[in-house]
Parts: sequence; structure tokens; C-alpha cells
Amino acid sequence: MIADLPPFAILFAGALLAAGCRGWLRAVVILATPALGLLNLIMLEPGIHDRVALFDYSLELVRADRLSLLFGYLFHIAAFIGAVYALHLRDPLQDVAALAYAGAALGIVFAGDLITLFIFWELATITSVFLVWARRTPRARRAGFRYLVFQAVSGLALLAGVVILIRQTGSTAFDVIGLGGLGSWLIFLAFGIKAGFPLLHNWITDAYPESTPTGAVFLSAFTTKASIYALARGFPGAEPLIYIGAAMTVFPIFYAVIENDLRRVLAYSMINQLGFMVAGIGIGTELAINGAISHAFNDVIFKGLLFMAMGAVLHVTGRMNGSALGGLYKSMPITTTLCIVGAASISAFPLFSGFVSKSMVMAAALEEGHGWVWLLLLFASAGVFHHAGIKIPYFAFFAHDAGLRVSEPPLNMRIAMFMSAALAIGVGVYPWPLYELLPFPVVYHPFDSTHVLAQVQLLFFSALAFAWLNLSGLYPPELRSVNLDAEWTYRKLIPLGLRAATVLVLAVDRRLRRAGLAIVNGVIYMVWRLCGPLAATARDRSTGQAAIWAAALLGFTLIVYYWHGGD
Amino acid sequence: MEKHHIFDDPRNVKRLLRVFYVVCVGVLAIDLVFARKIMHPWEGLFGFYALFGFVACVALVLIAKEMRKVVMRDEDYYDR
Repeated sequence: MIADLPPFAILFAGALLAAGCRGWLRAVVILATPALGLLNLIMLEPGIHDRVALFDYSLELVRADRLSLLFGYLFHIAAFIGAVYALHLRDPLQDVAALAYAGAALGIVFAGDLITLFIFWELATITSVFLVWARRTPRARRAGFRYLVFQAVSGLALLAGVVILIRQTGSTAFDVIGLGGLGSWLIFLAFGIKAGFPLLHNWITDAYPESTPTGAVFLSAFTTKASIYALARGFPGAEPLIYIGAAMTVFPIFYAVIENDLRRVLAYSMINQLGFMVAGIGIGTELAINGAISHAFNDVIFKGLLFMAMGAVLHVTGRMNGSALGGLYKSMPITTTLCIVGAASISAFPLFSGFVSKSMVMAAALEEGHGWVWLLLLFASAGVFHHAGIKIPYFAFFAHDAGLRVSEPPLNMRIAMFMSAALAIGVGVYPWPLYELLPFPVVYHPFDSTHVLAQVQLLFFSALAFAWLNLSGLYPPELRSVNLDAEWTYRKLIPLGLRAATVLVLAVDRRLRRAGLAIVNGVIYMVWRLCGPLAATARDRSTGQAAIWAAALLGFTLIVYYWHGGD
Repeated sequence: MEKHHIFDDPRNVKRLLRVFYVVCVGVLAIDLVFARKIMHPWEGLFGFYALFGFVACVALVLIAKEMRKVVMRDEDYYDR
């Protein structure tokens, strides 16, 4: 009946419907839309669907293969869980934006050509920013604008790259692009901005923590993972990705340790997780790509769970700073437990989902002889446990009791968190259905005793380090603060530079005006000296004197006339 | 009177930590009897992963703490 509809069309239709509905009817719409979409996707035959002609080009709106289908399932699941989490809301803006945003993300992963990709790339930008603005605070408004600028630059780079590439190759196909000419580098940059490459990453840590509690859940699921998909499709095995990915895993964890806003900690930890995926795509072997893709799947679930748990804390306490929280396990035991499941999953504890995917990327790095990259990834693995695995639950729910006595979040939030937690444990315990869906056949055994033992030792001794640092008072306390990052350049340096430039221009302008004025004044003075009331030309002469002079002149003229004209 | 919670009693925290230390020693001791498969030369060291995890986290926290001296600003830094 609904089979073979383009996946994005169902979500867009749902968004339109949700805009026109109120109350329980809208709740039905936002739940039914991703559910129907998933049903449609399950019935969708692999292959190219919905070819549309646009001028001289043929667009492939839906390309269903193993890679796009896996992301398709994932995005539907994320949209459904997010919808459950947002059921208590009475905010049509967020419901509509979230469904349309999910539709745009689906459009990206099913795009069979570069033009379709560009269209949905931009739609994802426009629909998602409303989830930041929906917080309706001045901070969120400004962060939303900065978010928009980054996304727009990514869109522009993509457009320019696509135009150059199509002119060069004559093909619009979105397949392996590889790093070559300017066009491919521009596309690489476009994907890189949305994937949070180092120095281009601050839109994530800026906008996500300012978005609404429910908005952050959707935001964390789609934009960055759609970019991971695009990188896996366009640049598998591109060597720079290995080093970019390794850098992404390492530098954010330092910031995560000293960051106070716990949702910003999660944003930094998201970049760290994206780093594992980017590195996996860069390594490019079947094992590495499988690892990257399955990690994207797991990350959407467990990072969503952590954002939901922190969103629940924000929802009931109105606070998000580690320095203002603590002791919440007493009044929110269910949220605490579910958050710990998310924390265990992101830390890749055996039997939780992160373990079955991240270890593939690590193993691939070793197999391909990237020893130093492997050491960096191992450092990042210990670090992620430290800040996301321990710090998030510890400072929110344990640590010193901040005296907050609240109740658990609404039932729908708890159900959504429970669903994610169940998936995280389910995949962690029994990963084979997920492995079945991966692009390449899986010959990897996650529960090999070496893997399990090594990971358990790593994590327990990381926890031991936390315990020791905490008990000995060496652990840095949570402080109300801002930490300078790459964003400092455009939030402080460039505005300061502009201000300095303005001051300089004004000073030069003032001097020029003053010099000009001095010249004009000088001229006026000279004229005044020559023609002013005291000048010789202005001296009073009587009429008689003037008559004598006139007569003398006439006489002189007469003499000259007769002298020459006489003959 | 508010209900008494499990970690309100410092003895319970101590108990939990003691169990945790025992488990740590336990997972390290497995290295004595079980030979892990080795791909990177460093992996062969006794307790490599345990040592790496501990040192990595201590280094991470101490470096991050030093970083604060350079990068930390007041909360309203960007709003001024």
C-alpha cells in the first residue's frame, strides 16, 4: 500500500500534518510518521527509485543499497525514539521541525546523485536550526545564527564542489569521489564541516547545548551522522581521514574534562566518537568501514540516550552545570540507571553497544599497521570513559548533594530513554543482527577473550585513576566558566579585529579631515589677506580720486591711439 | 525526615571502593595466567592495558587542569 514511497516524503508529509494538528492528534501523527516510514523502508526494494528529470540532469531521489538502508533504519528509529521523548511538549514548532529535519536527513542518505544530495543538505540546515531557536532565549538565538553560518558555508562549499565536479566529469553520480581536484576537496570540506573536523567543530559545542532538551536529541542523531554516511560513500580509504579522525578523538576529551555544562561535555564527546568513525573510514578496509558504520549506529542510540538523560535533568531542575548539580540519584533513580547504561555503552564496556563497534576500528588500525594512530585511539578510549562514562553520571547524579529534590521526568521521557537503553544493551549482548546489516560481511568476533580482557583492564584502571584523582583532591573541580576553543577566533578575535580596524579607519579619517580642513583654512586666510577688509584691494578710495584715475587712463589711451592710429 | 540514601553513609562508599579495588587487582591478575593475543609490541607487557588506562587518565586530567590556566574565562566572556 505505502511501499516504495521515497522515505523522506513520508516524514515531510508527517511534518505538514503535524503543523495542522493539535493535542493528542499531533501526538499520534509524530509517532505514526516514523513508524510508517520504517515500515515503508522495510518493504523498499534495493535499487534506484524515483528518477526525476531536472533540465539536462536525471536525479535519483532514492538509492537503496546496504549502506543507505542501514542509515535509513537508524534515522527512523532515532526519529521515533525522539518523538516519544518529545510527546509531553506543547510546541508545534519543534514537532514540525524535528520531523522535517529527519526527512531531510533521510533525503541525504538516500540521495543517488550530487544535486539531490545538495538539496537535502540545505534542507537539513534550514529545518534543524529551529530546534536551537525553539529554546527561545537570546543565547539560543545567537548560537542558532552562528550554527546557521557554519551550515551555510558547508552548503556553499558543497554546491561549488558539485558544480566543478559535474563540469569536469559530466556525471552527477554520488559514488566514490576520492581526493583529487578542487571540486573533490570542496566537497570533502563541506562534509568535514558537518562531521565536526578539528577547528571546524565548534558549531556542535556551541549550538547543541543551547538547544531545547528535546531538540538536542534530534540534533545529535542526524546532521553529523549524515556526514559520516557521506564520507563513507564519497571518501572511503582517504588517508587524511585517518589523521583527522585521530585528532578528533583526542583533543575534545581535554575540553570535556574541564567543561562545566554537561550537555557541552556531551557535545565534545560526540566529536570524540565521530573521530573513531572518521578514522575508520580513512583506514578504509572492510573491517574498518564496518566498524565506522556500526559505531555510527550505536552512537546515535547511546549518545541520544545520554542527551535524553541530561535533557531530563535540565527539564526537571532547569540546571545543566556540573557545579550546580549532584545527588540526583536520590530523587531520579530511574534516570540515573538509564544514564549509566548510556555511559557504559559510550565507554565500550563489554556487553554494551559501543564495545562491539569501536573495537572493530581499533583492530583495523592495528591490522593496517597504524600503530601510533591505534595508541591515540586507545588514549581516547580511556578518555571517553573518563569524561562521558564517569564524569556525566557522577557530577549529575552523585558527587556532592546539591540539595535538589525533584521528581523523575514525565513518563514519555522515561519510556524513550528505556527504549534506547534496551537497544544499547541488546546490540551489546547480541550484535549479530546489526552485523548482518553492515555493508561488508563481518568476520570479526567481538567477544574474543583478548578483546574483552584488554578492554576491561583499560576501563577499570581508568576508573581507578578517577577514584584516585578524586580522593586525593587532584581532580579539577567543576567551575562556572567558559573555555576558549577555536570559536574564539570568530567570536572574539574577528570582532575585536573589526573593532580595531574601525578605530584605525576612524583615526585616519579624522587626520585626513583635519589636514584637509587646514588646507581650506589656509586658502581662506590667504584670500582674506589679499581681498579681506584689511587688504590693499579693499582700501577705501574717494570718488574724485577714481575720476582722476579714470581720466588719466582715458588720456593715456587717447595718446596711444593717436600715436599709432594717426597715420 | 528525609529518607536515608545509600551513599549518605560514608561506610557504604568505602565498601564500594574496597570491592572496586579488589576487582581491579583481579582483572590485572588475569594477565598472569592468560596470554593475550598480541599485535602491537607494547601489548605484550604485563598489565599493559591497565597501566595505559591509568596513566592515560591521570595525564589527561592533569594536562586538562593545566589547560585551564590558559583557556578558562568567566562565564559571560563572550557576552561582554
